[in-house]
Amino acid sequence: MEDAARILQLVVNGAAAGCIYGLIALGFVLIYKATEMVNFAQGDIMMLGGFVAFSLIAKFGMNYWVGALLAIVITAAFGYLLDAVVLRRVIGQPQFAVVMLTLGLGFIFRAGAGITWGYDSVGFNTPFTNKTVNMGGLIVGADNLSIIVGTLLLCVVLFIFFNKTRLGVAMQAASQNQLAAYYMGIPVRRIFSLIWAISAGVACMAGILLSPVSMIDVNMGSLAIKSFAAAVIGGFGSIPGSLIGGILVGIVEQFAGYKLPAGFQEVTANVVLLLMLIVRPQGLFAERMGKRV
Amino acid sequence: MSESLLRVDSIETFYGPIQAIRGISLDVAPGQIVTVLGANGAGKTTVLRTISGVLDPERGRVMFEGKDIARMPPDQVMQLGICHVPEGRETFPFLTVRENLMMGAYTRRDSAGIASDLELCFNYFPRLQERQHQRAGLLSGGEQQMLAISRALMGKPRLLLLDEPSLGLSPLLVQQIFSIIRRINTEQKVAILLVEQNAAIALRTADFGYVLEVGRIVAADDCKTLMARDDIREFYLGQKEAGERGVRRWKKKRMWN
Ligand SMILES: Nc1ncnc2c1ncn2[C@@H]1O[C@H](COP(=O)(O)OP(=O)(O)O)[C@@H](O)[C@H]1O
Ligand SMILES: [Mg+2]
Repeated sequence: MEDAARILQLVVNGAAAGCIYGLIALGFVLIYKATEMVNFAQGDIMMLGGFVAFSLIAKFGMNYWVGALLAIVITAAFGYLLDAVVLRRVIGQPQFAVVMLTLGLGFIFRAGAGITWGYDSVGFNTPFTNKTVNMGGLIVGADNLSIIVGTLLLCVVLFIFFNKTRLGVAMQAASQNQLAAYYMGIPVRRIFSLIWAISAGVACMAGILLSPVSMIDVNMGSLAIKSFAAAVIGGFGSIPGSLIGGILVGIVEQFAGYKLPAGFQEVTANVVLLLMLIVRPQGLFAERMGKRV
Repeated sequence: MSESLLRVDSIETFYGPIQAIRGISLDVAPGQIVTVLGANGAGKTTVLRTISGVLDPERGRVMFEGKDIARMPPDQVMQLGICHVPEGRETFPFLTVRENLMMGAYTRRDSAGIASDLELCFNYFPRLQERQHQRAGLLSGGEQQMLAISRALMGKPRLLLLDEPSLGLSPLLVQQIFSIIRRINTEQKVAILLVEQNAAIALRTADFGYVLEVGRIVAADDCKTLMARDDIREFYLGQKEAGERGVRRWKKKRMWN
């Protein structure tokens, strides 16, 4: 009995961590599908979002919900401007230019955050900090549960947005066939900037959800490496795939930490990725028809 | 000819250093079908892209209802009433047929008008109604062409730009689609600028025709007159079964950026 509870505990913790990986992966995928750019600064945008939330909630004393919402809006606006001012200029340039640019932006964001907020870890109080929920005998940390529930809610919202709203469908359209979207009079550039805004907002939400579990610091964005694995496992192009890939990585990582000697936990994401590339290189959820260009 | 709906006035268009259009002028009157014939690479697609604003001409004017629309972005051109059915259909493969059609009406806000135009499209192409919830990428070539035409109709055009609608379709399907193009023209009073390599069907469908060769207009006349000309018969009607068609496709989607 003890063992079953322990295993469930690991699954919940792993799924929670995996949701964070998945949310960052989702940002990778949204931007990649639209613009064929891989944004290596995605994790650092999460870090910035976390610090903004910290400032609003811990420094300015805002209510958690108001501060969180405002932080998401601010980070999304930042993502919009990032595309409109910087990244739009490199569309059509060779891939490595884009890679170098987003890597460089990541460095700048970390330096900027260090100067603004310092290099110490910080945190803020959330309604989920140090609380537990008793789910039919299983004691689960409210912090981990809030991550899972928050991610699921966000997925529902995004699903409705992308499939049921005019703007959401237009985002899909512009991602699938940019030229045709121009012909339809869809404002493609603005739509791509909005996709950056959504990705940044989702990253900020990931940072906020993560904050009761782990502190906010300048280097927290490095977990994006695992998100990258999650996105590839999910098929790099599939939104549900990136989340499921994230959760898979998170759970496997927890079990590796429990069963295997120290050190293994850190490499499991890459081991899962390697296995995936060998067994099913197109990822779990590769779309059947190739992208038409 | 002051009653032109569209007047293209000596445009020159480049792809980087390559000049694709070397001074072309043409007119489309309201309600007219005008065709532009030309071999592969003559510059037909480039003319249409210049009109719809995806490419900007280096020189020259594009007048639509008396207004210069050259150098206007495509979404504004489209809102003025010019809708483009691109070469190779260019549907949104992962969206359903219905969603594709709704994207054609993206710039419109009149939901009643949009609903009635959707009915109209389904009327012209009942196949699309049957398949409205399927992904566009799963349609056959002919159905995708029907979808591309309907998607443009959803923009409520006064001028429809059609880029090689016969490309890759069976002769029977070509006949069907062109007869519907004619119906759309007369019933909806939409003027059509039709670009084709299939001169036989284009000359039978259109009222007036231009012949394009490497970026220049080399002939312009009523379609009946053109059809009777010896050189046209030899070069455009004689070899209409040329196997080259459909080989070259629009590849690099951002090159015009
Ligand atoms: N994206 C492009 N980049 C560079 N050159 C192009 C591009 N598209 C077409 N061209 C060139 O412009 C000329 C006209 O092409 P196009 O308008 O597509 O001809 P058509 O539609 O009559 O087959 C051709 O010589 C073609 O090679
Ligand atoms: Mg062409």
